[in-house]
Amino acid sequence: MANLLYFASLRETLDSAKEQLDLPETVTNVAELKGMLSDRSAIWKASFSSDTSLLVSVNQKMANDQTEINNADEIAFFPPVTGG
Amino acid sequence: MLISVQQEDFDVSAVTSELCSNRKDIGAVVTFSGMVRDQSPDQNLLALELEHYPGMTEKALEEISNSAMKRWDIDDLAIIHRVGQLKPAENIVMVVVISAHRKEAFDACEFLMDYLKTQAPFWKKEITKQGEQWIEFKESDQQAADNWK
Repeated sequence: MANLLYFASLRETLDSAKEQLDLPETVTNVAELKGMLSDRSAIWKASFSSDTSLLVSVNQKMANDQTEINNADEIAFFPPVTGG
Repeated sequence: MLISVQQEDFDVSAVTSELCSNRKDIGAVVTFSGMVRDQSPDQNLLALELEHYPGMTEKALEEISNSAMKRWDIDDLAIIHRVGQLKPAENIVMVVVISAHRKEAFDACEFLMDYLKTQAPFWKKEITKQGEQWIEFKESDQQAADNWK
């Protein structure tokens, strides 16, 4: 099972901070995962559509749509950062 | 190197003293501290809520610090970033860089702040009398970080 995390405004929009998800064989990279999550509802679709500024990390390293993923990974989605 | 993500406040002079203790080769100490600023139109900020990604945030700060140690001839540094609910005028972040000479310490300190603002997973939400609002990412912050490339 992959661990999915959502932070900040995305966490509030989705009303979810984390979940465990069994990735099907058809989901091998971040882009495919975003496609799968987009199919959940209109809110998820709007959050994961390709024109948002959403960032992604895999195992706590910044990643992108092409990054490969599997069921052992921690995958986090979040908006651009605003610390400091 | 001292890196900490914490709820508690910090004491800039105490951290600086700790960094410099038992050293006689330090000629320059540069510190930056960031505070909670009320930028709402009617000055009605109640608090700033700082969220982070436990684990990844600390790793990102370590990576940024290692980059600075490699790039400049500096001797040590500290980054402390607070999280949770912070009131106006409270401390948010501090960076201290110590070195033999000031130029290296100034540059490294500015680099650390510019990179921290664009690379480390922290998010700020304003809590005002009217409600809550996430602070938007600023393009000017990204440009400041890009200038170090």
